[in-house]
Order: sequence, then C-alpha cells, then structure tokens
Amino acid sequence: MGFLDALLGRSKAAPPNLDQLFGLPAAAITLQVATRFRPTGTGSVCFKAAEGGAFTGLREQVEQLLALDQGKYRVQTDSFGYTWLVRTTAPDDLEGLVTDLHAVNSSLVEAGFGAALLCTLIGFTDGSQPLGLVYLYKRGSWYPFAPTGPDRRDTSLELQVKSAIENDLRVENDLSRWFPVYGAPGL
Amino acid sequence: MRSRFQPDRGLTRRMLLTSFLLGLLYVVFAAVLVVLLKSAVLAIVIAGIVLFAQYWFSDRIALYAMHGRIVTPEQAPGLHAVVDRLCALADMPKPAVAIADVDVPNAFATGRSPNKAVVCATTGILRRLDTEELEGVLAHELSHVAHRDVAVMTVASFLGVLAGLITRFGLYTGFFGGFGGGRNRGNKQDNTALVLMAVVLVSAVVYALSFLLIRALSRYRELSADRSGALLTGQPSALAAALTKVSGDLARIPTRDLRQAEAFNAFFFAPALAQGFSLSSLFSTHPPLNQRLEQLAGIARQLGQAV
Repeated sequence: MGFLDALLGRSKAAPPNLDQLFGLPAAAITLQVATRFRPTGTGSVCFKAAEGGAFTGLREQVEQLLALDQGKYRVQTDSFGYTWLVRTTAPDDLEGLVTDLHAVNSSLVEAGFGAALLCTLIGFTDGSQPLGLVYLYKRGSWYPFAPTGPDRRDTSLELQVKSAIENDLRVENDLSRWFPVYGAPGL
Repeated sequence: MRSRFQPDRGLTRRMLLTSFLLGLLYVVFAAVLVVLLKSAVLAIVIAGIVLFAQYWFSDRIALYAMHGRIVTPEQAPGLHAVVDRLCALADMPKPAVAIADVDVPNAFATGRSPNKAVVCATTGILRRLDTEELEGVLAHELSHVAHRDVAVMTVASFLGVLAGLITRFGLYTGFFGGFGGGRNRGNKQDNTALVLMAVVLVSAVVYALSFLLIRALSRYRELSADRSGALLTGQPSALAAALTKVSGDLARIPTRDLRQAEAFNAFFFAPALAQGFSLSSLFSTHPPLNQRLEQLAGIARQLGQAV
C-alpha cells in the first residue's frame, strides 16, 4: 500500500492472481516421482461469501452451472463462514480439474468478487497421510499442507514436498504465510 | 479487474482537510516558537524522544497496560485461524495475536509497522461474539494495521503533545517565578515574562485546536477501518452486529471500572467511555455508533447491487 493510501486510510482490495494455477499438473508429476504422493482427483475453491442479493444470485448461477455436471461438485460451508466448492474428477485428470476450478474462479472475478477468493486446495495422498497443495490467490503462490490431526501438521513432510516441487511451481517463500486449513473439504 | 471496492471520496476529503488543518496549525506553531523562544529546541527534543519511544514500543506498552499476552496457534487455534484467513484475503503479513484477560468486550491493534503489529482481543469480546462478528472486528483491527494508524496518529499528535507540555511547563514557571513582580525587576526581565506569557498563550490555543483536530482525525480513521474491514470480509452487517453488541455492553458497564482503560481509547475498537455531555461528539476518539452503523448499511447496499 502506498504512502498516500496509508495516510488517507483507504486500503485497496488485493486482486487475485489466477495465472499460477496451471503449473499444477507438471508439479504433480514431479511430486509423484520424488515422493509417494498421488493426486486424489479432488480439488476445491475457497472463498468468503459476501452478504447481499448480488452474491447470492451469483452463487446460484455457479451452482446451477455446476449441477449440470451431475453432482461432481459439492458446496460446503466451514465453521469460519467460508464456502468451499469441491470438485472431484478421475485422479489422473489433473488438467481437467484445474480447468474446472479456474472456471469457477473466473466467474467470481468477473462478477466483481475477486477479492473474496481465499485459496484453492488440491488433494494428494500416499495411502494414509493426506497432503494438500494450497494456492494463495492474493500471493499467486503455492504451499504444501499436511495435517496429521485436528490441530497438528507435519512440517518436515511439508518442507520435503516444498523442495520437490520448487522448480515447477512458485512456492511461497514466507513460511509465516503457510497458514493451516484444518478440516478443509477435499483433504 | 472488476472490484466492488469503491473508494469513499467524501471520507478521504474530510480526512485530507483535517490533516491539512493540523499541519497548518503545526507550521504556525513552530514558527511562533522559533520567533519567540530560542530555547524551544530542548522542549522539542524531549517531546520527540517521548513520542518516539511510545511509537517504537507501542506494541509492548499497549500489551503491558492491558495485561495482554501473546498466544500461539496451539493455545488459541480458533482466533489464529480467523486472523490467518483474513491475512490471506488481504495479502498482508500476519501480526502477533494476543488475548487480554479482561471482561470488557474490546479489541485493539498496535505496533509501529505491519511487520511488528499485535492484534489483541479481550476474553470479554471472545465470549460475547460469534465467529462472523469476531471476524468483522478483527478485520477492522487489521485495517488499522494496514493503514499504519499508530504511526499516523503519533506523528499527528507530536506537536499537540509538545504544545500541552509547554503550556503546563510555562504555567508552572509563570506561577512560581516569572509573572510575579520582584522589586528589582528590570526591563529585560519584563520582556522575558511577556514572551513567556505569549508562548504559554499560543501553546494553549495550539493544544486546544490540535486536540479537536486529532480527535476528528481519529474518528475518520475509525470510519476508514470500519469500511475496509467490512469490504475485506464482505459482511458489513456482521461488523454492525458486533458494534451494537459491544457498545451496548460498554454503555451498561459502570465507568469507574473502565477508567484504567481510558488512556488506550485511541487504539480501541469501541471507546470504553460513557458519553455524557452534548459536546462529546467533538471530543470523542470514535464516531457515534449510529454513524458507524449507517456507513456499514451503505456498504451492505453496495454489495447487494445486481451485477
């Protein structure tokens, strides 16, 4: 934020960056080679619903659009009041998954609610341990998240994954922004 | 990119005007000081050091005074999760999170820069508000951090504090020595007393004016923070609900118990003071509740407009 904006107390909404989303399929392949983690075929978009008729209308539109796909989408609201749109595809169709998620993002951005986008989560698993790659819209960067319990995360695994995918994705360098999303749908 | 964030030009203009008047006042005051008083340097240095310390240690001072303690994500997972998400939404570094074990429902943010900021909520507010409302309150506090309100208000109040200091100092020296007539008072001393009196007078006027202007600036910044906070969460009504809850509760609590909290009103979410007299709107650090609610209702209407 600029000097004048701070002085006048007018923060601007951080615009979302959707570009880095498409780097995911390549990173998934690298991850499969380097570790035991494979995509589950589940991905979700998380956003903060705004109050008022405009957002409700938009949400209905998006839901109608998604209903055409015979219930491959699920809508879920978490305890923090954020909405998760969960999409499930075949585990090897990451390209399709990313394209679908991007469609949801673009319709939100076009309607003027781009600032409400929080993150996108792509689910991976090695059979027992779930792992999520989280995309932060406002930063345009990714980070791994590996929950091991209701309030615990496996940091060493996360760092290991980070070093594996570093060359394929723009990984968030500021570790203080690797915020946990415990109990996120699709993990 | 399309965005529903619309700037409030009127608010910006009023804030700009207030800051301009404040700046003008300070320039005039500084000029008068330089002309009248050659030893003004010492006073300026003292006030500068005091205010700089207050600015530099603002996070620790406020936390200490409010008995706030920094909590880890393990100690307060819910509160941390809300702050995490808001910071990701707003793309700002995460501040330290603290809880004050006080039953007065309030929250404040302090710290000299976004990297050194602390957001503190009292146990009273955590108990009373639900997640959505708490999120609105925290978004308001994070907006204070993003707007660098501690820095702005410290700079704004610098010469006001100096003027107050000189007034008090001048009055004491005046009563105990300067103004009283000695029998062998010469022409030179007469002159010094006159200059001293003029300085005290000017300082008093500057102090009074800057007091009013700083309060006005503080009110505008509260409105700005309300506005940015509501736009960040997209839920102006949740913030409005939180405000009514907190203000209602505050008004019912006897003022005597709150007096300790008075010095920290500038950083508070809702002022912990009963408003008794009619001039209160000019003197208060926070805008009246209905003005804040009105603004939030306006934002709610804006958000609801068809796409």
